[in-house]
Amino acid sequence: MLKARAITHAFGAVSVLDEVDFDLSPGEIIGLAGPSGAGKSTLGRILAGHLLPNAGRVEIDGAPLMLRAGLPCPVQYAPQTSEMSVDPRWRVNRILRNGATPDPESLRILGIQPEWASRFPAELSGGELTRVSLARMVLPSTRYLVCDEITAPLDALSAEDTLWALRRLAGRGVGILLISHNQNLLKRHVKRRYQLCFGHPRLQVD
Amino acid sequence: MTETAFDGTDMTGAGRTPRGAVRRQLRRRGAVTIGLLAAVLAVPLLPLDPLSVDPFARGLPPAFAFPFGTDLLGRDVLARTLAALAVSAQVGLAAAAVSTAIALAFAVAATFSQTADRIVGVLTELALGLPHFVLVLMVAYAAGGGMTGVILGVALTHWPRLSRVLRHEAQTVAAADYVRISRALGRSRGWIARHHMVPHLLPQLVAGFVLIFPHAILHEAGLSFIGLGIEPHLPSIGIMLADSLRGLMAGHWWVALFPGLGLVLLALAFEMFGETLRRAADPREGVA
Repeated sequence: MLKARAITHAFGAVSVLDEVDFDLSPGEIIGLAGPSGAGKSTLGRILAGHLLPNAGRVEIDGAPLMLRAGLPCPVQYAPQTSEMSVDPRWRVNRILRNGATPDPESLRILGIQPEWASRFPAELSGGELTRVSLARMVLPSTRYLVCDEITAPLDALSAEDTLWALRRLAGRGVGILLISHNQNLLKRHVKRRYQLCFGHPRLQVD
Repeated sequence: MTETAFDGTDMTGAGRTPRGAVRRQLRRRGAVTIGLLAAVLAVPLLPLDPLSVDPFARGLPPAFAFPFGTDLLGRDVLARTLAALAVSAQVGLAAAAVSTAIALAFAVAATFSQTADRIVGVLTELALGLPHFVLVLMVAYAAGGGMTGVILGVALTHWPRLSRVLRHEAQTVAAADYVRISRALGRSRGWIARHHMVPHLLPQLVAGFVLIFPHAILHEAGLSFIGLGIEPHLPSIGIMLADSLRGLMAGHWWVALFPGLGLVLLALAFEMFGETLRRAADPREGVA
């Protein structure tokens, strides 16, 4: 169980999150919606250990979450895929081995094609690159995945494909937090949804 | 080393993409440039005498005995041009190497802290703000002229542009999502430096070095032309061009044309090689 308790965070004088509690179970997909600037990404980054909150704690099975060199974090944060989310100098083959040798089953679920191996990120389509970027994070040690607007730059079909791949990953026990503006997408794929509203830095069950 | 894909397929033969064209051009231009440089640097090994004066062969036009003709003192223009290019190449290599080292040192220093970054920024702006050739002149003069003066003059004035590129590149990589992801995947700082930082900085460094070289040899010629460069008894393109003014008045075009052409060719080869290197270093180039 991934638990966040009383997460409070501010950027300067702007309070973004105030005493936010959050739970995510293995194999569950939770949606997180809200307008731009409401703190969705901030919460996602805190949950994955990329950002330390001003106050509050993140626990995984009762132990505090922390990033350690030499050990992949059990919570991985996938940003919106862009030029900067994968090293543009690396070929797909190397990107997939970013953390460790990738799990063949995850590669199959995400539809990674062997012929992409020698390509550079600029030689993949947006949907292909999104799935490659996700595949390197789905290691056997990965228990939770925070997907921050990963379908935003994709066309409807690619977005749908990616969502179905995520659902299959959830079926294998990976807990997924899906951050998205797209309410329809969330409604179709997610049972439990949270909402962050601007000016009300608390989570609301939708 | 053969690279294999994650599923074991051999990746040899990869790169039949538009990038292949850039890589072919890189190999071609690299071979031409490095061959030219090696040939020029090997000139002192040849039994040429750029200093001897033949009073019976003064101001001769190009002919079989003297393919590039002779100057007003009866010196062989071919021997002098080749020897001068060798001097230029040595000066160019030394100046480019020192300049690149300074640029890298400043760029790396700038990543240590914000204060260091600000100091490097101010120094860079200052060096860029002063007129370029005046600064070269001042440093060369202060260093006492000669070969050391030229090398220092060029080295101390040509680092800012490269330093700025390297600094920006280092900061961009350090702030990139993929670095954060590598860290979250358990990679250490050293690993990230080796696998993300170095591959981004190295091509810029090499391209920077190659692109400073033509500047260095042109400045050497400029400084020598006005008498602040290489000692007058040594053959140098700048000194030859300065001397050629008298020859030109006598209609001796060969005393100016051949050394000038040699200089332009050497500088151009490096300029084109450097440009291709820069393109090859850009992963987006050739992939529209």
